[in-house]
Amino acid sequence: MSILVIAEHNNSELAPVTASVVAAAAQIGGEITVLIAGKNTASVAESAAKLTGVNKVLHCSADQYEHALAENVAALVVSAASGYTHILAAATTSGKNFMPRVAAILDVEQISEIISVESADTFKRPIYAGNAIATVQSNDSVKVLTVRGTSFDAVGNEGSATIEELASVADAGVSQFISEELAVSDRPELTSAGIVVSGGRGMQNGDNFELLYKVADKLGAAVGASRAAVDEGFVPNDMQVGQTGKIVAPELYIAVGISGQIQHLAGMKDSKVIVAINKDEEAPIFQVADYGLVADLFDALPELEAAL
Amino acid sequence: MKILVPVKRVVDYNVKVRVKADHSDVDLTNVKMDINPFCDIAVEEAVRLKEQGVATEVVVVSIGEAKAEEQIRRSMAIGADRGILITTEQAASSLTVAKLLKAVVEQEQPGLVILGKQSIDTDNNQTGQMLAALTGMAQGTCASKVTVEGDSVQVVREIDGGLQTVGLKLPAIVTTDLRLNEPRYVKLPDIMKAKRKPLDKKTPADFSVEVKNTVSTLKVEPPAQREAGIKVGSVAELIDKLKNEAKVLS
Repeated sequence: MSILVIAEHNNSELAPVTASVVAAAAQIGGEITVLIAGKNTASVAESAAKLTGVNKVLHCSADQYEHALAENVAALVVSAASGYTHILAAATTSGKNFMPRVAAILDVEQISEIISVESADTFKRPIYAGNAIATVQSNDSVKVLTVRGTSFDAVGNEGSATIEELASVADAGVSQFISEELAVSDRPELTSAGIVVSGGRGMQNGDNFELLYKVADKLGAAVGASRAAVDEGFVPNDMQVGQTGKIVAPELYIAVGISGQIQHLAGMKDSKVIVAINKDEEAPIFQVADYGLVADLFDALPELEAAL
Repeated sequence: MKILVPVKRVVDYNVKVRVKADHSDVDLTNVKMDINPFCDIAVEEAVRLKEQGVATEVVVVSIGEAKAEEQIRRSMAIGADRGILITTEQAASSLTVAKLLKAVVEQEQPGLVILGKQSIDTDNNQTGQMLAALTGMAQGTCASKVTVEGDSVQVVREIDGGLQTVGLKLPAIVTTDLRLNEPRYVKLPDIMKAKRKPLDKKTPADFSVEVKNTVSTLKVEPPAQREAGIKVGSVAELIDKLKNEAKVLS
């Protein structure tokens, strides 16, 4: 078997999720090649070459890959796809954007967001917002898979793969990057943080999230939110944890003022330890929490911050 | 400009689905079905573009069981002009659906195709991208804002770190995210009117597309359940448990 992993990066750093996708590739077994498509990405290629288990890195640096436009990235992946039995990428907004294009051009199905590798052709994936887990088997000639990063433990950095330059494919010329607004934060990124503190409708407004930020900074935690808090306009939508937001699985998840709707649980129930702070003792979040504290969050948060 | 909106009939998003005892699938017997929420947003967006004078006609297409006519009629009540129903005996895979939609695109020649980013049953998030690949069109997925200007469309996309804006040459494919719009309520007089709008009934054979599935579902299981833990009485007790019992704080 021969596996092609498409790396995720921001042109300067390799995203940690790539190491989890390589871990999924290692479970399938076989030669692992990592493809880096970007602009001025030599240092990213070097980081990828160090990932444990990677045999080869294909590097393609060109203007048309700077913003990972799906039309161009998919064309490049297809140009390099010959000979591979599996093509993997992270189930991030970037991977979800270009991978189905790759699958369709190769005339195969994509298996989306796998959470386990059962064998080289059989995988588990969540359906119905995680209310059911399907085991699916593919008899396509090439398996095109996106991988939920939090379901695989990242590989280490003990590799020494060779780096080869890959020829670019001409810009498809149908799409162009216009602008990007990225949230700037000193806190860790939600999907890779060891501790996540999230607020819900109970926070009442955006200003009150300051209470969460203070606790998060004491813990070195990332800050998330429920869909209710996002819909109410308390915080921007890239903080949303849930079925239609981000999927997180930290060591410790602290849900504050979150009732625990299915939608939210789908995004955090694989966390190792869950803490819920809510004044409603009937809130469904307590059914999944390891430690529940029935308290008014406006009392509990300052107390928690002071005690840490 | 004509806008094509593919819609899917799925289980109502308020229903908590259960797995069948034999683990062959989820149990959808007597479960309320509805239009996929992201498809509803797609219909609303297309109808708004028509109301703004950007689009001239909105065509809705659904692929699935014959009862999907309900979802097409509902979309017509929102404001779609006509519908195409392609009935399949078995559930069609994403790639098959994309191939059927490609055939519809060739027939209808829309300037824009707006789809939901994912359906809430299979949660794949791939049909729009596959259709874009098969037609060679540009794609703007997870859209939170769509602006048509001349022969191009600007799409603000929700991405992991924030927002990305891309410009796409028309014809193009757009998939909707939750915050693109809030679909209107369907009014009774519009439901009555929708019953008289034209609906074309087709089969995959009419488009010479073979319904095949190269991915088979071996088993469907309930997810591992978490046990409810304990209630603590104070913040101090909580910190003590996290440090000394769970050992997730040092």
